[in-house]
Amino acid sequence: MTELLVGTKKGLFALEGDPGAEKPFEVSARAFPGDAVEFAIRDPRSGRYFASVTSGHYGPRVMYTDDPGGDWEQTTGLAFPEGDDWSLERIWSIRPGEADGLMYAGVAPAALFASTDGGLTWELNRAMWDQPTRSSWQPGAGGLCLHSIATWPGDPKRLAIGISAVGVWLSDDAGETWRHGNAGLVPRYVPEDSQGDTIDLCVHNMHRAPLRPERLFMQFHGGVYRSDDAGQTWNSIAEGLPADFGFPVVLDPADPDSAFVIPLVADTDRVTVDGRVRVFGTRDAGESWTSLSDGLPQDGAYLTILRQAFDREGEGRGLGLYFGATSGDVFGSGDAGASWFTVREHLAPVNSVRVA
Amino acid sequence: MAVIKLRAPLKDLAGGNREITIDGASVGQVLRELEHRHPKIAGWVLDEHGRVRRHLNVFVDGERVREDARVAPDATLHVLPSISGGSR
Repeated sequence: MTELLVGTKKGLFALEGDPGAEKPFEVSARAFPGDAVEFAIRDPRSGRYFASVTSGHYGPRVMYTDDPGGDWEQTTGLAFPEGDDWSLERIWSIRPGEADGLMYAGVAPAALFASTDGGLTWELNRAMWDQPTRSSWQPGAGGLCLHSIATWPGDPKRLAIGISAVGVWLSDDAGETWRHGNAGLVPRYVPEDSQGDTIDLCVHNMHRAPLRPERLFMQFHGGVYRSDDAGQTWNSIAEGLPADFGFPVVLDPADPDSAFVIPLVADTDRVTVDGRVRVFGTRDAGESWTSLSDGLPQDGAYLTILRQAFDREGEGRGLGLYFGATSGDVFGSGDAGASWFTVREHLAPVNSVRVA
Repeated sequence: MAVIKLRAPLKDLAGGNREITIDGASVGQVLRELEHRHPKIAGWVLDEHGRVRRHLNVFVDGERVREDARVAPDATLHVLPSISGGSR
């Protein structure tokens, strides 16, 4: 049985089903009706569920529960210091860290929070908050958001984070200090003579290969990249894709040469290319890409898949892949993308998909 | 003492109380005291800077006001969602 947590514009949907059956999953729970759920995960260490909820009236917060169909409690500490002229707008990402009880949350406007008690209370990372360039940081279309947090397996000191649109930041001391990791990224949306100097770098999504942690894959705002030196430098691997724009990227944890992306036409037309919904996968670190579309809509399907709306379960031949679109449709594959089935139709616009 | 009237979800966060009697000279003071008594409400009405959230309306005796408005001892406050924030 697979459980998916689908964050939508109108609440959280927990879906349950068997990917081997290749039939729609059941809605096992709905929470926060009417509010946007930006992101939801289950921490496998504690079994606790977390949801980032943004009320149009009452603001953003992270809620937690042991039962997504039951009562949810509010976490504390996710707020900016009084006196600073910033207000928390949205929590984009929540993920476990590499130490007992350690968790991270990435928010907008761009900031990193950490928890050492399993996500119940949170504290702002001051080193990132106090970056002297902050006043010049530019938002992407989704806001000034810290959305990608790549931990280093077994080493809680090493972190890579991605911010739209302030590039990649690296730390080797558990977030006490930060440095840029942007070499090689080409922002086509700024003049050529400024591309080498700018920090206006719109990272869309970034993940680390757990078996080769110095390797990261990134979907950029126009570009797909790989780093083999822990995020210091980046090389384009977009050759062979029908478009290099898109939002999410997913990796097979058993294969450090693997990555999966869902190309969209361009930043001016953020829908699947040619009206065909296709996942593209590489098993040779981006040297070549294969279209994985069997079972996905291939005629008149102009979908948008957002950065947190693609996830995996398992690994290798048994890799499961799941993604949701702003159309409210969710698709899944139980065989590493070789074939796909419709997990659920007609939900609210999907912000995020995570396997529980 | 002013009376603050609450609807869901604020009522639920305040332990199910629809009406709470609170002392305070300004809207901000009343709402801070509300947070003090019912910590689950913290962050729901006032933001980090003590401002009433943009898509909420606070009424004192029928007049829409912000956090710095004066509150008479016998005033009645309502905290209501505005029509602007509900359908993102």
